[in-house]
Amino acid sequence: MGTVILQTIDFKLHERPVPDLLPSGIARLDSALGGIPRGFVTDIFGPASSGRTTILRSLMAQNEEFCALVDASDAFDPASAAAAGVALDRLLWIRCGGNAEHALQATDLLLQAGGFGLVVMDLGDIRPETARRISLASWYRLRRAVENTPTALVVIERAPLARACASLAIECARTGIQWSGAPGCSQLLRRVAFSAERRKPLRPASAEFEASALR
Amino acid sequence: MFACMYASGEGIRLFACAQNFSPQVEQTDPDTVIVDIDGLGHLFGTVHEIAQAMARRAGPPVNIAVASNPDTAFHAARGYSGTSIVPEGDEAKFLASLPVTLLTPPEEIAETLARWGIRTFRDLAALPDLGVAARLGEEGIKLQQLARGEGARPLKPVEAPVQFEEELELEYPLELLEPLMFVMNRLLGDVCARLEERALAAIGLRLRLRLENAGEHERSIRLPVPMRSSRVFLKLFELDLEKHPPAAPIIKVHLAAEPAKPRTTQNGLFIPLAPEPEKLELTLARIAGVVGEENVGSPELVDTYRPGAFRMCAPFQSRLSTASRDREGAVALALRMFRPPLAAKVQSGFLSAPGFRGRIVKQAGPWRTSGDWWTNSAWSRDEWDIELADGALYRIYCDAQTGRWFLEGRYD
Repeated sequence: MGTVILQTIDFKLHERPVPDLLPSGIARLDSALGGIPRGFVTDIFGPASSGRTTILRSLMAQNEEFCALVDASDAFDPASAAAAGVALDRLLWIRCGGNAEHALQATDLLLQAGGFGLVVMDLGDIRPETARRISLASWYRLRRAVENTPTALVVIERAPLARACASLAIECARTGIQWSGAPGCSQLLRRVAFSAERRKPLRPASAEFEASALR
Repeated sequence: MFACMYASGEGIRLFACAQNFSPQVEQTDPDTVIVDIDGLGHLFGTVHEIAQAMARRAGPPVNIAVASNPDTAFHAARGYSGTSIVPEGDEAKFLASLPVTLLTPPEEIAETLARWGIRTFRDLAALPDLGVAARLGEEGIKLQQLARGEGARPLKPVEAPVQFEEELELEYPLELLEPLMFVMNRLLGDVCARLEERALAAIGLRLRLRLENAGEHERSIRLPVPMRSSRVFLKLFELDLEKHPPAAPIIKVHLAAEPAKPRTTQNGLFIPLAPEPEKLELTLARIAGVVGEENVGSPELVDTYRPGAFRMCAPFQSRLSTASRDREGAVALALRMFRPPLAAKVQSGFLSAPGFRGRIVKQAGPWRTSGDWWTNSAWSRDEWDIELADGALYRIYCDAQTGRWFLEGRYD
């Protein structure tokens, strides 16, 4: 009897479909990590200036579907995003003025409405102690809402918050900054090198990429 | 059966009177109306009784004629005074004595008929068909059929202007939103049903509430695409009234819809995934209730060099984006803004701002920009990119007019 049950469970685990992946637009990242899965929660976390927002902008620019950005701390810059190729006319921007609870509510409503290819919850500038107060139940609710939909939910944060609810967690870090010219008036910020490492699922994968300053 | 009412100079009164009997009323000319009286027998009895009821209602100077077709009724009413009932099958006999001028033939035909000595309907009806066709043409044949009482045209009833409005005076004042929604559900259902009857949708809705304190509370909803779902409308009004409640109890509800042609969409394999307009509208209204209306929308760049200038507009105005997708190559470094910019102190290579402190390791700049000097909102600033000791990259600027430093954003 026990063997039969185990066999059934084993069969169901193998049945789980391979998620459809959204390309991030960064070739090295896509070849190492595959992409961002639809129907799941993806955590992109790291300290300040670690390339989280750069990955996000690239993902938004690459995605031809309608995107929604729930911006908890009103940090989105439309000018630099448009220059990076983000189609602003297909972007719904929700500015939450620093209120993480509003961001959670708005994200939940967007996921319930459906029809978006990508929903981003940007908690990147929310204080860690505030962000940690978001209950695990809220994350489970978001995971349930996005499950079996063609929407990819991406959460930007300083430290991993969704924990068990995220199917993919990417840790970002800055690895180098390239300045050109002599110190003083002729110096110029050229590019910044970042690394992205997969923390979940626990199959080691990492990629390094560079982003050019727009000036 | 058709009843014709004729009274010189009384057309408007006759039309109003005729509408009391049937909605199928034709205003044939300024003095004459024709009514379709089929089915009125159940209410008034025989054709005679219907005609008498109409005569009583319209008053004495009215000629009324009832016939099997509108044209015969028309000519009988114009030709005979009082009430006339034209027996079915004997139309030609009944009309026989009427003067042919009642048919108002064209001038040329009238002259010809006068030369031939045709004076009455009987004379014209008696002429051979082929001869009339050969000499007077199609118009002649038509006149002869009218003279014989053989008109077969359909009635052209006047279409009353359709108004997609509903109102309800309440028996007692409503103070809470929930009972009001119950009332509005009915009104919206009626308006949507009327829109559906005419294959229309609504592009805007206007709600006017008369209040107990003699004031009025008016709310309007503008929809991005024509819709016809009373459930969606009700929810939108509920969310709107939650944000903007009336100041006093409500005693009367008036609801009006602005009609528009329904949305027609051609779906295709290559059209990207998009939210349903009805669902999106409701979701946006709900989110606007949480974060504020001004914080929801699509950003649009403004035609200016002023740093950080943008405006919020209604999202997804166009389903097909114009943005270029050819962006193979270098990845652009993203900037996160601090809104409003944080006041900062820059002294001896050290930056301090609320929540940020550190030694400036490297810097690039300044980039001097200015603009709008011809207006009151002139701006002028020197921008710098800096790297702090912890490795984070920031954009700071010095306002040239005040000399104050600000932390504008962080590269991430």
